[in-house]
Amino acid sequence: MATTLTINGETKSFDAPADMPLLCVLRDILGMTGTKFGCGIAQCGACTVHVDGKAVRSCVLPISTVANRAITTIEHVGSTPAGAKVQKAWLDAEVIQCGYCQSGQIMSAAALLAATPNPDDADIDAAMAGNICRCGTYVRIREAIKLAASGRQS
Amino acid sequence: MNAHNNVSRRRLLTGSLAAGFLLAFHLPLRAAPNEPVQRDVTDGKFAPNAFIRIDETGRTVLMMPQVEMGQGTYTSISAVIAEELDADWSKVEVQHAPPNDKLYANPTFGLQVTGNSNSIRAWWTPLRKAGATARAMLVQAAASQWGVEPASCTASKGEVTHPASGRKLGYGELAMAAQGQTPPKDVAIKDPKDFVLIGQPLKRLDTPDKVNGKALYGIDAILPDMKIAVIANCPVFGGKVGKVDDSAAMKIAGVRKVVVLDDAVAVIGDHMWAAKKGLEALEIEWNEGPNARISSKDVWDDLRKASEKDGAVAKSTGDIAKALASGDKFEAAYELPFLAHASMEPVNATVRITKDSCEIWTGTQIMTRVQSEAAKAAGVSVDKVIVNQHLLGGGFGRKLEPDMVVAAVRIAKQVDYPVKVIWTREEDIQHDVYRPVYRDQITASLVDGKVAAWKYKVAGSAILARWLPPAFQKGIDIDAIDAAVDAPYDFANFHVEYVRAEPLSIPTGFWRGVGPNNNVFAVECAMDELARKAGKDPIEFRRSMLTKNPRMLAVLNQVAEKSGWGQPLPPRVGRGVCVQPSFASFIATVVEAEIDDFGEIALRRVTSVVDTGIAVNPDTVKAQIEGGLIFGLTAALYGEITIDKGRVQQSNFHDYRMMRINETPKIEVTVVKSGEAPGGIGEAGVNAGPPALRNAIYAASGVALRRLPIDRKLLAAGKKA
Repeated sequence: MATTLTINGETKSFDAPADMPLLCVLRDILGMTGTKFGCGIAQCGACTVHVDGKAVRSCVLPISTVANRAITTIEHVGSTPAGAKVQKAWLDAEVIQCGYCQSGQIMSAAALLAATPNPDDADIDAAMAGNICRCGTYVRIREAIKLAASGRQS
Repeated sequence: MNAHNNVSRRRLLTGSLAAGFLLAFHLPLRAAPNEPVQRDVTDGKFAPNAFIRIDETGRTVLMMPQVEMGQGTYTSISAVIAEELDADWSKVEVQHAPPNDKLYANPTFGLQVTGNSNSIRAWWTPLRKAGATARAMLVQAAASQWGVEPASCTASKGEVTHPASGRKLGYGELAMAAQGQTPPKDVAIKDPKDFVLIGQPLKRLDTPDKVNGKALYGIDAILPDMKIAVIANCPVFGGKVGKVDDSAAMKIAGVRKVVVLDDAVAVIGDHMWAAKKGLEALEIEWNEGPNARISSKDVWDDLRKASEKDGAVAKSTGDIAKALASGDKFEAAYELPFLAHASMEPVNATVRITKDSCEIWTGTQIMTRVQSEAAKAAGVSVDKVIVNQHLLGGGFGRKLEPDMVVAAVRIAKQVDYPVKVIWTREEDIQHDVYRPVYRDQITASLVDGKVAAWKYKVAGSAILARWLPPAFQKGIDIDAIDAAVDAPYDFANFHVEYVRAEPLSIPTGFWRGVGPNNNVFAVECAMDELARKAGKDPIEFRRSMLTKNPRMLAVLNQVAEKSGWGQPLPPRVGRGVCVQPSFASFIATVVEAEIDDFGEIALRRVTSVVDTGIAVNPDTVKAQIEGGLIFGLTAALYGEITIDKGRVQQSNFHDYRMMRINETPKIEVTVVKSGEAPGGIGEAGVNAGPPALRNAIYAASGVALRRLPIDRKLLAAGKKA
């Protein structure tokens, strides 16, 4: 089925079944590999992208539901103010270890900060509990979100 | 039994495992998909050894013999080389080394392997010498150009200076001349007081591309005309494929081919979605074989029975029989479950087979073994196998196995295009090599409030007997008893035995923390129970038996202070301690936890003090302990793989749970300043979490748990030990 999506501000047209998850389109059809496959059942958050600014799990999101919506991925989130702040804070706090889950972590954190510029611990828990990090970087994720929110970045 | 130096004990084999030299192509760490691969060219560069390449612009590329799976080793290894090279850190870049045991074998294993928390320990001296040799050649080149003595020159930040005349030349300008210099013999390395990079919290080199989606993992490989496959391994270990009906699968748009192997079936499609739908549409009859009768109960019955046998004696000092006959006797058995690795990047490999070659894209901890195993599977010679190493989205020991590459080669052999074989999360969890089940029995006696006799029998799988057979000697798996024989305490009468007990049908493998997983848990649980029996505070009790282990004692004293040990706590809240000398690091940890009326656990606070000798990058050490603690605490809270009808019952993160950010307590890690040789750090935190948490629960409830994961039913309000 011919499909057109708006991804990172660009129009992308391709042929794919309507029930195909957005993650598969991004990775296997468009070659945008920054968004990761982790579980396939919306349990781990590695595939998180933004749809109209909200964090969603792309591994279970059929493309038929996102036509005419603005999709943003890790490759482009740095062009949003919250995304840029989060990326910088992630490096300043040296959050990352293996990094595989961090595209999703950053997308969730950027959506949180865009909606809630000064999140407290409960806000952070609510927004980030859907993202698993097997390396266990949670302490620094929390610290980096607060750093990004504070505007005290180097 | 004091400080150990496990490099020598673990120095296993060298030489014969070395594979032939191979000219390999390899991807840089970062590339746009489909960008041509780069060859490691040494022409036009200063290439004094296998690790250093400096070109005429001063660009300094360091070849990484150890793989980056999150532990930060690329940055630490680079700092070690760059320190002695006196390189300009801002010009340092890293590249994955190609598979080549002659050039890049881990000095401890004699094989190009990343594991056992030994990257820095194994390479500390060889890489310092490699850097210092290169520096000396650059200095010689400058001195000869200036007609002065090399000893009258200095080097710093990528420049050689002749202070007497004020002349300077950059490493780039000297690169060609340095290439012609004779390397010095017995080059001097720095006095640690002169370090400028080692000991600094340098920013990691691999992380900038991990915030923007540019970093490439094995699963991100994209090749022209590549297709994607998903695999179904026989759900019962050891079972075979019977009949396959692919008529419905082949009708699905995008499905290209169904590949039937003897023990697995794969569906190849234009994309993962088609492949996955195709796999779901297959009708597969499996010949499950005799293992289909096995359940967890059989595994445990078998292990418990085996553990009653006498084991092979790994260490015995004093007179254990006589010492056990007197004093106040203690006996306990501790049991640990199977665990899956569940790295966030599920296992995968991409393979392109041509008439006489086999090319692989993957992230592996064992580059040369992947190469040789792929050669066997492809039916080509080792020199025809090219391995393109990628960043690993977590390893944790899973990627010390070549099975995912071998499976991908077998599938790729059936088609004339490149194929990326991805294991769904379900396959990843259900076809792992599992952290073995262990049963550890400790018998001890107390005299005058101290341990007078300590007999410790470990029963479990001998992973080394499979993974590196020559290392399995006299019936003893040195990994399974690693931290049993190196217990930190002064036990005059001390005896360790090992019973090899392979679990029925379930494959076992190394899991982050390795053998000390079971040892540290059993030792530290027993120490807490013995302290209570002796009527002593757990930390005071340990202190009294650490008189010959000053590094261990020092971190224990510090953690007592920093954790607020002894300060009053509310009801059902407890603190638990763990001390461990694993991987030549000394770590003391206190966990503070609360138990609710239903037996649910809330982690309140974790405090760790670490003496890892010289901390090459103290921030990385902290990060590894923080993450390791969470990895271990996850296992203690949730981790268990169970078997029914020969199958693994768990399948994804809903039933093989991970700790999440909302469950994560405040974690404070203090890295002690030390001038001792560096210890290992990537796995140590993992082993601290479970016993410290279990001991906190013991303090809070009086219930002495002896199995993991924590059974909440035993901890509900009103339950007593």
